[in-house]
Amino acid sequence: MSQQYSGSRSEREEDVPAPEPAPTAGSAQAHTADLDSLLDEIDSVLETNAEEFVKGFVQKGGQ
Amino acid sequence: MTHVPASPDRAAVPAGLAPAWRGQRGLVPDDAVLPAGRDTAGWGVHRVMGLETEFGVHAPGNPGAGHTVLSTEVVNAYADLVTAEGGSVAGTEWDYGEESPLVDARGWQLPRSAAHPSQLTDRPLTDDDGNPVHLVMNLVLPNGARFYVDHAHPEYSAPETTNPLDAMVWDQAGDRVALAASRRIAQAPGEPQVLLYKNNTDNKSVSYGAHENYLVTRSLDFEELAARLLPFFTARQVVCGAGRAGIGVTGRTPGFQISQRADFFEEQVGLETTIRRPIVNTRDEPHADQERYRRLHVIIGDANLSQYATWLRCGMTALVLSMIELGTCPVLELRDPVQALQAISHDPTLNTTIPLADGRRLTGVDLMELYREAAAGHVERFGMTDPATRDVLAAWGETLGLLRTDPAALADRLDWVAKYQLLSGYRQRHGLDWDDPRIGMMDLQYADLRPDKGLHAALVRRGSMRTLVPEETVQRAVHTPPADTRAWARGRTVDVFGRHVVGASWDTLLLRQDGQGPMYRFHQREPLSATAEQMAGVYDDGGAPGSFGRLVAALSRAQQDRRA
Repeated sequence: MSQQYSGSRSEREEDVPAPEPAPTAGSAQAHTADLDSLLDEIDSVLETNAEEFVKGFVQKGGQ
Repeated sequence: MTHVPASPDRAAVPAGLAPAWRGQRGLVPDDAVLPAGRDTAGWGVHRVMGLETEFGVHAPGNPGAGHTVLSTEVVNAYADLVTAEGGSVAGTEWDYGEESPLVDARGWQLPRSAAHPSQLTDRPLTDDDGNPVHLVMNLVLPNGARFYVDHAHPEYSAPETTNPLDAMVWDQAGDRVALAASRRIAQAPGEPQVLLYKNNTDNKSVSYGAHENYLVTRSLDFEELAARLLPFFTARQVVCGAGRAGIGVTGRTPGFQISQRADFFEEQVGLETTIRRPIVNTRDEPHADQERYRRLHVIIGDANLSQYATWLRCGMTALVLSMIELGTCPVLELRDPVQALQAISHDPTLNTTIPLADGRRLTGVDLMELYREAAAGHVERFGMTDPATRDVLAAWGETLGLLRTDPAALADRLDWVAKYQLLSGYRQRHGLDWDDPRIGMMDLQYADLRPDKGLHAALVRRGSMRTLVPEETVQRAVHTPPADTRAWARGRTVDVFGRHVVGASWDTLLLRQDGQGPMYRFHQREPLSATAEQMAGVYDDGGAPGSFGRLVAALSRAQQDRRA
């Protein structure tokens, strides 16, 4: 089964998840810290005129 | 539990017709043993497939601009970009002249002059000096994809690929194409930005699609195909939904749901794609040998940003199609598939159960588990043990396991989970309701293609969202077609022999040397012909003098490849 890019097999084996242990309290904490810093970033990225922007996002019908 | 129904009495393939599996050499093993009366166009997760994306298009600085005009701008900007870099595209102009010459998009102007849509239909556009301005509406790209104006949206249709990982890579390439087009417009002085979104609704009653296409054997009874697919298509959103803030077609009921598209479906099976949308679409336009193949046109999916979700969506679907073709698919019947689709979508806790015709009540995850178990038995039975198939099965199992025990752990893989977590976290932090405009903004911005604005892009950049291939692989797919399908000949011919291309479509190439002399028309009805292997040596010298003859000879040979 041909793959077009060299090394794709090893990429896949690396990237497709191996079975993971059940989350521990420690990993849950790390997760929360990550989410917190992400939410900080979102505050700086979010379009400032959210209400107007969302209202103005009008599409025509598609498939 | 046995899922193998009795073989039907009729012969699967009418006398005199070649079975599909023999046309899929290289995908279906030559020594494959099929159940009596059955035929197949795939093996494990290997099957000819490709994704389509209709992008949401928005110009906040130019609120009066029509969507068709904006979409035209996007498509033309990409043609302009490719040709400015010395590349080539095959284009058709607005009038869709059947054999209109290759449009040289160099000299394309940002169509301020096209601000009035009437100008697109009335007369040729001219620039300030009276020179004609070409507006292309339909492009065939060097990677074999189609990029075009589909009514009011720019649409990217990926080239034919043969497995879920490649389908994902060339779908992601389309996101890069669209982004590049948008950036080209942004670079033009004074031109209002055109923003593109890989989502499926404006939350104001309008939806636009993210379609999948899979080649299946023509001999398969369509009613059987539709009946087996309905419960699967109803449930698979728990893995590949893109998440949405708002319930109902206008999103007016506050809340979060798993799918972008679920509320826009009204029928079980039908031909329509824009009104009364059906869960199973019956469009029958194979763009291939129609006596041998059907193209299953899937309109029920959400547009996925996540590489993992895109890959798994295609992989699970390919396995279910393999089971249906070979007669091993679970026979499940939902009492009301449309209602079930929406009930599953509206419950991100995944606890909602839906009634089956046999009286059982199952959750969406339960349903997916039945398909996964059957798929595991199926690949075992037929020896479909290649790594690509095993990877999909393993990821499918792991994902369902986590959906049951710790769904939040999937925020690094599944779009709906990632979005649910982001929006929920933001709501809690700021004490917002689901219908707060900032939550709607985040929903929209998750799908914003711009790396500095898109929330999915931010997750990837931070390492919070898994990717399956390096960015270079996606970038290569922007410029290069898949090597193992006819997309190779299409894309490479457009790229290397662009000035001789008079027309290009999924199954046809029209060539005329330097636009003069005899017209060569090639029909490629076998998707696995005209591959890099069959076209070897043709494109290597960059279309040097004398190479046109080699191109024509190679395309002729590929056309005669009957794959009997």
